[in-house]
Amino acid sequence: MDINLDDIRNEVREWLAENWDDSLSLIEWRTKLADSGWGMPDWPVEYFGRDLPPSAVAVVQEEFAAIGAIGAMKSGPRMLAAVTILAHGNQAQKQRFLRRIITGEDAWCQLFSEPGSGSDLAGSTTRADKKGDKWIVNGQKVWNTSAHHADYGILVARTDWDEPKHTGLSYFLIDMHQPGVEVRQLKQMNGYASFNEVFFTDAEVPEDFLLGELGEGWPIAMTTLAYERRVAAGNREAGEDKGREGVIYDQYREESAIATEPYAWYPQRAGRSDLIIDRARETGSIEDAAIRQDIAKLLIKRQSMEWFIKRLAEVQKAGKARGPEGSVTKLTASEVARMSADLHTEITGIDAMLTGPDSPNDGIIAEVLVSVPAVSIAGGTDEIQKNIVAERLLDLPKEPRFDTGPFKDVKRN
Amino acid sequence: MAFSFTEEQEQFRDVLARFLRDKSPTTEIRKLMETDSGYDGDVWRQVCTDMGLAGIHLPEESGGAGYGPVELGIVMEEQGRALLCGPYLSSAVLAGLAIGAVASGEEQAARLVGIADGSVVATLAVTENQGLWHAADITTQAVPVDGGYQLTGRKSFVSDGQNADIIYIVAENGAGLSLFAVDADADGLAVEGLEGVDATRRIAHLTFTNCAAELVGAEGAFDLEAVFDQVLIAFAHEQLGGAQAMLDSALEYAKLRVQFGRVIGSFQALKHRFADLHVELELAKAAVYQAAQALEDGDDVRAYASMAKATASDIFLFAAKECIQFHGGIGFTWENDTHLWFKRAKSSEVFLGSPADHRERMLQAMGV
Ligand SMILES: Cc1cc2nc3c(=O)[nH]c(=O)nc-3n(C[C@H](O)[C@H](O)[C@H](O)COP(=O)(O)OP(=O)(O)OC[C@H]3O[C@@H](n4cnc5c(N)ncnc54)[C@H](O)[C@@H]3O)c2cc1C
Repeated sequence: MDINLDDIRNEVREWLAENWDDSLSLIEWRTKLADSGWGMPDWPVEYFGRDLPPSAVAVVQEEFAAIGAIGAMKSGPRMLAAVTILAHGNQAQKQRFLRRIITGEDAWCQLFSEPGSGSDLAGSTTRADKKGDKWIVNGQKVWNTSAHHADYGILVARTDWDEPKHTGLSYFLIDMHQPGVEVRQLKQMNGYASFNEVFFTDAEVPEDFLLGELGEGWPIAMTTLAYERRVAAGNREAGEDKGREGVIYDQYREESAIATEPYAWYPQRAGRSDLIIDRARETGSIEDAAIRQDIAKLLIKRQSMEWFIKRLAEVQKAGKARGPEGSVTKLTASEVARMSADLHTEITGIDAMLTGPDSPNDGIIAEVLVSVPAVSIAGGTDEIQKNIVAERLLDLPKEPRFDTGPFKDVKRN
Repeated sequence: MAFSFTEEQEQFRDVLARFLRDKSPTTEIRKLMETDSGYDGDVWRQVCTDMGLAGIHLPEESGGAGYGPVELGIVMEEQGRALLCGPYLSSAVLAGLAIGAVASGEEQAARLVGIADGSVVATLAVTENQGLWHAADITTQAVPVDGGYQLTGRKSFVSDGQNADIIYIVAENGAGLSLFAVDADADGLAVEGLEGVDATRRIAHLTFTNCAAELVGAEGAFDLEAVFDQVLIAFAHEQLGGAQAMLDSALEYAKLRVQFGRVIGSFQALKHRFADLHVELELAKAAVYQAAQALEDGDDVRAYASMAKATASDIFLFAAKECIQFHGGIGFTWENDTHLWFKRAKSSEVFLGSPADHRERMLQAMGV
């Protein structure tokens, strides 16, 4: 990469020295980030970025962190929408949506899974029918994270029932604040309610909210899913400074509280491997040779995954990635989470029967144990990731198909 | 720390891979396994002189190419993939790195030139009772005699101990650990060749009885663990290459072999195991490549070196076992090549410390 990281560091440092101001409102500040491109350094220059490689993004993040400057809004499913719009949107769509995503003004959700089709996303039966200059949407989605406070959704819906399943789908951007959209929160096995059911009854989508071409829903959804897998390992703490003072920090904390309350368990679903060594020391199991081996295995896996992610980012930036490598990351993130949960149990012993304030770390460990199962399901199950690795990275034969021909004749739930 | 290979490094790998594929087909490996030395002198000369591989990581003043651990890693990985028979690990890696660590200037050049051009085969004797290199494990004593030294003690599992022209020995002499050199034909040296599981490699026990030896570098200057780290990182690359060979071989077979009217690679039970293998191999590559990068950058690599050895040993054996299983009955035959790598994997697993040993060493290096 012919880029001088020291120059970038100096440039961002100077820019921050001139512009960072904790008396600005959060949106004022993030608008500056969008205008300057420093909020999303790896995005294109024309769309709120600076076209920098991953190595430089890390440098920019370090400089932000060093002075406690708040970054662009990236949490929740909004980035799934952002990267997909960036890749497939027209100019008007990019201008209209991307800025408000990274300033935090608009929240988004992903409306892909349905009761009858999760892994088999191309089997969607939510329909969109053209009436005049609008699309009318009817059907049901499920397990949609953040839908209860989203302003917009990315929606995969069927627009042609005579086509085979993969070519009859289209990709829409839908306004969640309308009478035809009803959102109901769903309680999860860990007690939280971060995902929802979403019902569409004659919901309306304006013509220019179709992303890409009609019938291109499947390939566009692949962009979303590839990104989702790749970042799966990054599902950890938001972790900006807690004790700082200033208007902007107050607003930031408020935003975090609203936007992250249902997601307080997210760090736990990744397994909290960061707590393992302290817990092993507290309980004395750090002396146990068998536990030490398991700790080492976990640390090796986690470190290898972090390095793999960095190496992959370089391959992608160089244009040499094959595409589905994110599945490797996602499978590893699942494995790290499972290994951590198992190790937490081993270390905790019989106390692992308890939950809430009675249990270690004020319930955090118990929450790990009941949250980890999400990781290998959300964003495409481990089994689906393995199919992808085998078929698209190792070129093994595809699964036999029983769902070809016009979708209306295909067997379904 | 860099997270990718450069264009030149990629090209170097390609050239190397082509050369090795040409020079080390399994028909050749099988012939060499039956010979005393276990390698072909002509091919070894080409490796050293035409390709300049034995000196890739050695300083230019010593006849080397002056590259670092990343390039050495590439050489080791590709050799491991091709299962090249030859004293590369012993001479270039073990002896080369040990000499480089203690000797300097003219002495260094004098000792390394022959290693780099292949005219001398050297090896390093450290281990006595344990796989890991521990100062406490070393009881071989050097005593000063008439301006020189005499060695007494026993070294085990010396790689190419029976092939080496010159043997470098880590011994204790009151001032700490030092490096000594002994000629293969010296009086007081007894070489006992051992039969190894891995027939592509020679190992020996060496016994020294008042054996005349020269001191290399300064007395008490041998930093055992630092040299070990470098050796481990190089050796881990070799195992990565072996693992890749096993995955490739299994994949090729799974795309050809038909049962129940379809290729076996279309069965999901096997596809998922292939995916697991791929994931583990990608992670091991990340761990091993970054350990080499860290060494290149001069970082503290103790934990990374052990991490690299542990993961590389694990993935190599995992891939070799799966490769046998995916071949079915033919995978258990002598005629099928899989066992050549399987045996290398088995032997490499415990050579220089087992994965469990290294996981523990890693934790200690991290202060856990
Ligand atoms: C915490 C969480 C958050 C989520 N957030 C969202 C969201 O924001 N938006 C959204 O749209 N969806 C979301 N999902 C839904 C998620 O994407 C689906 O649950 C997932 O893709 C699996 O689909 P399914 O539940 O229908 O299971 P199924 O597809 O019915 O799978 C059941 C089992 O069969 C296996 N299986 C299925 N097909 C195959 C095959 N071809 N080969 C081998 N095994 C197979 C699966 O691996 C699984 O073990 C979320 C899920 C969770 C748990």
